[in-house]
Amino acid sequence: MYNFDFVKPSSIKEAVEALGTEEAQALGGGQTLIPTMKQRLAMPAKLVSLSGIAEMKGVGKNAAGELVVGGATPHATVEREAGDYPALAELARHIGDPAVRNRGTIGGSLANNDPSACYPAAVLGSGATVVTSNREIAADDFFEGMFTNALEDGEIITEVRFPIPQAANYQKFEQPASRFALVGVFVAKLKDGVRVAVTGASEEGVFRWGEAEKALSSDFSPSAVEGLSVSADGMIADLHGSAAYRAHLVGVLTKRAVAAAG
Amino acid sequence: MPEVTMTVNGKPASGEVEGRTLLVQFLREDLNLTGTHVGCDTSQCGACVVHVDGQAVKACTMLAAEADGAEVTTIEGMAAPDGTLDRVQEAFKEHHGLQCGFCTPGMVMSAAALLRDTPKPTEAEVREYLEGNICRCTGYHNIVKAIMAASGQEVSALAAE
Ligand SMILES: Cc1cc2nc3c(=O)[nH]c(=O)nc-3n(C[C@H](O)[C@H](O)[C@H](O)COP(=O)(O)OP(=O)(O)OC[C@H]3O[C@@H](n4cnc5c(N)ncnc54)[C@H](O)[C@@H]3O)c2cc1C
Ligand code: FES
Ligand code: FES
Repeated sequence: MYNFDFVKPSSIKEAVEALGTEEAQALGGGQTLIPTMKQRLAMPAKLVSLSGIAEMKGVGKNAAGELVVGGATPHATVEREAGDYPALAELARHIGDPAVRNRGTIGGSLANNDPSACYPAAVLGSGATVVTSNREIAADDFFEGMFTNALEDGEIITEVRFPIPQAANYQKFEQPASRFALVGVFVAKLKDGVRVAVTGASEEGVFRWGEAEKALSSDFSPSAVEGLSVSADGMIADLHGSAAYRAHLVGVLTKRAVAAAG
Repeated sequence: MPEVTMTVNGKPASGEVEGRTLLVQFLREDLNLTGTHVGCDTSQCGACVVHVDGQAVKACTMLAAEADGAEVTTIEGMAAPDGTLDRVQEAFKEHHGLQCGFCTPGMVMSAAALLRDTPKPTEAEVREYLEGNICRCTGYHNIVKAIMAASGQEVSALAAE
């Protein structure tokens, strides 16, 4: 890993200032960025740690009844404190292993937007709002394909606001080596309809399965998606699973998620 | 170079580090606490697990500068000053929870973190908690058995040694 300057501001304002310089990059839990830097796939001149910013940590509820998760909140905290949104707490509980969950953060996961990551499915599936240092971004506008998103240089995710669904569930079919999602499906029944978000499957990253959403919005039962299928075109194919296998799993996991959400 | 100060195994420790200095490097190379191992260096194997402010973390994937001001416990801090082993260490010895011993420091630190949060875990909970700790020798059964025993539970019915 090449050397860099390290700064640890204590407010969002200071962090944004520090990120305003050339080749500065935010550091969340470092669970993705540090390995990437070891491989010299990233070589920032300055790392701006977000771990000392109290206003970006923790789980709470706002006046609108949304669950609000600070952008620098580790997965382990969400696992413990997101009791008002059990499907989200459960998703956090299955990310990586305990040591990874003690460091890795929701902001880092969303900023990275790994095509097999778990949080993107929850954010898109819940229709959450990603709040950054200078604006609010609807989940539908945030994810722009594998490892890309709407964030601009120096913009940090300060919090994520989740509307709390009437029922929700995340089904993760683990890739046996990495334990990331080979395919993961997040289903949420919200007051204005059902949302279904799929991670791990598409070359385009997390996506919504519109056809299933429509069927489930009129009948929230596993049988409603019986007979529906997603095309294998554009699905990820690797040694862990073919495109057709992943497409098949999308249907299977959606049914399981609906059954589990009840 | 930035100066870091932390409490390691109850004693104050400080030193100059580069931005890129990993916590595990600081512990091993500056403080000579070589009980914490580096297996993979890619956050997969858990040989480097230590406690930072009471939480299990992979010291190969945390910057030393991030631990400035923290309380750090390594495997060297587990036994009492007179050498009496911690209950987890004692149980690993008793139940043959190690062979080559390379993974053991990380296993013990993960197990200690588990037992603090879940004093009487089920066998399934132990196995799940150790997801990020890889052992190439034992086949895990005796590690699980040792941790169950350390929690004060009856282990005679668990898988044979
Ligand atoms: C062994 C292992 C297993 C894992 N398993 C899973 C899994 O099953 N499912 C899963 O979803 N993930 C998994 N992960 C990934 C893990 O969740 C990471 O913690 C996460 O992807 C990155 O979060 P971080 O806080 O560590 O970010 P970092 O590594 O610090 O940063 C990642 C990127 O995000 C940027 N960034 C960080 N925080 C912010 C912010 N607040 N605003 C803007 N940009 C920011 C950084 O600049 C960097 O580009 C695993 C990781 C490991 C090491
Ligand atoms: S050396 Fe840190 S996880 Fe393997
Ligand atoms: S005892 Fe050898 S790796 Fe675990």
